[in-house]
Amino acid sequence: MSLSHQDVARIARLSRIAVTDAEIDAVSRQLNGILGLIEQMQAVDTDGIEPMAHPQDVSLRLREDVVTEPSRREACQAVAPQVENGLFLVPKVIE
Amino acid sequence: MIHATLKQLSQQLADKQVSAVELATGYLQRIDALNPQLNAFITVDRDKTLLEAAAADARRAAGLAGVLTGVPIAHKDIFCQQGWKTSCGSKMLDNFVSPYDAHVIEQCQAAGLVTLGRTNMDEFAMGSSNENSYYGAVRNPWDLAAIPGGSSGGSAAAVAARLAPAATATDTGGSIRQPASHCGVTGIKPTYGVVSRFGMVAYASSLDQGGVMAQTAEDCALMLSVIAGFDERDSTSLERAREDYSRDLAQPLAGLRVGLPREYFADGLAADVGRIIDNAVSELKKLGAEVVEVSLPNTRLSIPAYYVIAPAEASANLSRFDGVRYGHRASEYKDLVDMYEKSRAEGFGSEVKRRIMVGTYVLSHGYYDAYYIKAQKIRRLIADDFKAAFAGCDVILGPVAPTAAFNLGEKSGDPVQMYLSDIYTLSVNLAGLPAMSVPAGFSDNGRPVGLQIIGNYFAEAKMLNVAHQFQQVTDWHGKAPAL
Amino acid sequence: MKWEVVIGLEVHVQLNTVSKIFSGASTAFGAEPNTQASLVELALPGVLPVLNKAVVEKAIRLGLALDATINQKNVFARKNYFYPDLPKGYQISQMELPIVEHGKLNILVGDEEKSIRVTRAHMEEDAGKSLHEDFHGMTGIDLNRAGTPLLEVVSEPDMRSAEEAVAYAKALHTLVTWLGICDGNMQEGSFRVDANVSVRPFGQAEFGTRREVKNLNSFRFLEQAIKYETQWQIETIEDGGKVQQATVLFDPDSGETRMMRSKEDAHDYRYFPDPDLLPVRISNEQIARVRSEMPELPAQMKARFVDAFGVTPYDAAVLTGSRALATYFESVATASGQGKLAANWLGGDVAARLNREGKDIAELPINAERLSGLLVRIADGTLSNKLAKQVFDAMWDSELSADVIIERDGLKQVSDVGAIEKMVEEVLAANPKAVEEFRAGKEKALNALAGQVMKASKGKANPAQVQEILKQKLA
Repeated sequence: MSLSHQDVARIARLSRIAVTDAEIDAVSRQLNGILGLIEQMQAVDTDGIEPMAHPQDVSLRLREDVVTEPSRREACQAVAPQVENGLFLVPKVIE
Repeated sequence: MIHATLKQLSQQLADKQVSAVELATGYLQRIDALNPQLNAFITVDRDKTLLEAAAADARRAAGLAGVLTGVPIAHKDIFCQQGWKTSCGSKMLDNFVSPYDAHVIEQCQAAGLVTLGRTNMDEFAMGSSNENSYYGAVRNPWDLAAIPGGSSGGSAAAVAARLAPAATATDTGGSIRQPASHCGVTGIKPTYGVVSRFGMVAYASSLDQGGVMAQTAEDCALMLSVIAGFDERDSTSLERAREDYSRDLAQPLAGLRVGLPREYFADGLAADVGRIIDNAVSELKKLGAEVVEVSLPNTRLSIPAYYVIAPAEASANLSRFDGVRYGHRASEYKDLVDMYEKSRAEGFGSEVKRRIMVGTYVLSHGYYDAYYIKAQKIRRLIADDFKAAFAGCDVILGPVAPTAAFNLGEKSGDPVQMYLSDIYTLSVNLAGLPAMSVPAGFSDNGRPVGLQIIGNYFAEAKMLNVAHQFQQVTDWHGKAPAL
Repeated sequence: MKWEVVIGLEVHVQLNTVSKIFSGASTAFGAEPNTQASLVELALPGVLPVLNKAVVEKAIRLGLALDATINQKNVFARKNYFYPDLPKGYQISQMELPIVEHGKLNILVGDEEKSIRVTRAHMEEDAGKSLHEDFHGMTGIDLNRAGTPLLEVVSEPDMRSAEEAVAYAKALHTLVTWLGICDGNMQEGSFRVDANVSVRPFGQAEFGTRREVKNLNSFRFLEQAIKYETQWQIETIEDGGKVQQATVLFDPDSGETRMMRSKEDAHDYRYFPDPDLLPVRISNEQIARVRSEMPELPAQMKARFVDAFGVTPYDAAVLTGSRALATYFESVATASGQGKLAANWLGGDVAARLNREGKDIAELPINAERLSGLLVRIADGTLSNKLAKQVFDAMWDSELSADVIIERDGLKQVSDVGAIEKMVEEVLAANPKAVEEFRAGKEKALNALAGQVMKASKGKANPAQVQEILKQKLA
């Protein structure tokens, strides 16, 4: 299968990456090339194989419910693009 | 001094032949002189380095020094380091000064290692050539026309050019082994879970693993003993007792069963690389190793499986780069979505954007089973192949890459060609196994070629033993490029 | 046409841990913006989640209380979408393998008990808050709430009226506060309800198309929203329209719902197992330990109250409306030996006074021992109901026991026949007109005379005796 420009535009939107009309041809070609490579998997019979999410078959370790993190707002907001009254500012959210 | 190993530098410091400040100064001078042509470092901060070096000298004077206190090393720009720009090779993080230290950095600081600077890399560790850095490509010190490999190309080039005696690095699909091979240095990627990923900017969480590069296996063992260890802040960090990875270096190799996977010597392997690997195997035989043929039948499938799993994880891991709390924000936008889309389009390079989009696609509604679950099933097949192979051998040997370093620009226009060159390294990450690259010779055009040693889970000390014994009878690792 | 509404609820229960689900940052409410957002909640590059054990144990608690399956292997997944209050660009939640599945919760609507199936409950992290006050036309993001642990409890579409939905939501609210896993504070968002509402012609087997009403933070809004939505859907269909799958918001000011997004722009969340977190495995021992630490559940306590104290099932349901009330009732009923009386008082005067003062049972100034002392004096005839109310009010404002107040204020009921006869005679003598009216067949006059006697006794005469003696004298 092959991705259309429309498909690529949808994927770009989902990824929140602007792809301009000038770029979409090249991006589509490259993505289709990669998907062609990926398609090779379909030739393999994997019925009954348990998917492997993780290299080690171990269980999640849990932490005790205690507060250990002090506020580091100043240090963390020093690298923020736009801050006011301790809040991160973004363009108006409409919903 | 500049060609000294970590081990030798440690001795010189202990013997007071040199101070940490003198060592740091010497390396900084060499970086000043050579980095402009190599581009191995993204950030060098003389004042910070000398401050750390002075502190190390004070520790030595106070009798509080460890083995490596005062030894300078370089860090891949993927490890968050407080007060240092941590760019991950990306414009997205060009303005990001980390407010905290990665576990690997903390461990190095605790050992008294001095930071020489932050090494260049493929953006967000995505790449096999180091051409995907916002800060420009790194040059191979052996041949400035060649790529140094990636993604830890800066670390490999820095160690090869003796701009640093050792460097930290990370390996998601070969990013330690392949540049180590291309630059003629020794590199180790440990078992997944041995080195904490806390503070290591994530590319593909179930594959990423921190490691080191140095001139020798002995130095790698020293460094790995510093950075490895359980960390409760990483849920995938394994609770294991601390190890001295140098403990088995001197063991003889007699009776060692070496597996050669037939799929690693099939079509696609360059003849000169094949010859070099054969010679290396012969050396090991002379040391008493037994060679057995093994099979890793699903090796070919590691490429599609990896290029589904890694982009899928990356697509989510890189969503946090949205221009809200840190990182690049576009200067002009019309609304929130536009801000996201422009900031990310401007902040990420084209390979990163490609992988994010591939990952988004394979996870999207209706494709998840066909791609992601399928890839995870193949991942299981690949891990099972290794399990079967290790039933008959102690370590697996093979090439790291099908060819020696290719030329800059040679494959950068064709991502698929670039991906295919990862054929011998990806399986190891999918299985979560440890592996190394050890200098083993030079290609027909004079570029270094590494031997890959793959170990079973937690067999780092065994691999280092094999590499060290190999380095006792060869001197490929001691060769340095003329610069 | 006759229509039937079908409702399923998704409830976000904020768990009352002290630290966040994936970091050691505090969960305290109301701190300065972003002071409780640690590196993890800020989603700095390189940070990783580590699961809070208390979250797992609280989830097990709820699972056991819902008589549900605890999945001994459950898995966290990433739910991907971009929103400024979601710092990682994905929410860590559970998808294919949640911790709790296949539970049920019984509700009482009127006299009818009904069992509502609980599909699942899964652990997840809360998002931050977007503040829309004007920052030069921008939105402010506060991530203090980000990473607060939630249990999302999802019901089957088993409810058939707004009343049933409210009863279910209330029963779940009671349960989570009873279990001590949630503070239940709906104003602060600790218990938030989404309602999936659809309608179908009565008798039709297939469900209609549903619309999801988001984020209802009071039972009243839940009821209003469902009723509005039901009516809107019926009218839409009857007007020849079609209900489209959508997410809607309820506006408490207008009492209406409005479209937030349609199915067409529904998110593609791209769920996949979170590679930063391994499967959660729960041992039999852990389940047994959590079970052993659980309080008696409301349903069991309700049955016991009916059995042991003879209260009606309805009263028992009211009394087990909160753990504090149930515990209080049990202490009073046991100490006084007056179960029914205790139930009447708690449902009547005590509830009324608490309500008037806007207080909760936990803030009741009369402890169980003192209230039971009062009930004993009612039961043994020392106090009439009227006097008891007077004593109760005096107890509310003091630390004194009922007996001390009775003694101090001379409030003992007068049951001495001679004394009452004397008062009756005096009243009859003083009110010849009323006596005449009564004899002429005007029954009401008797009440007026009794009232006069009670007044003369300053309310202390035993009212039953007064009636009786009056009738004798007038016969």
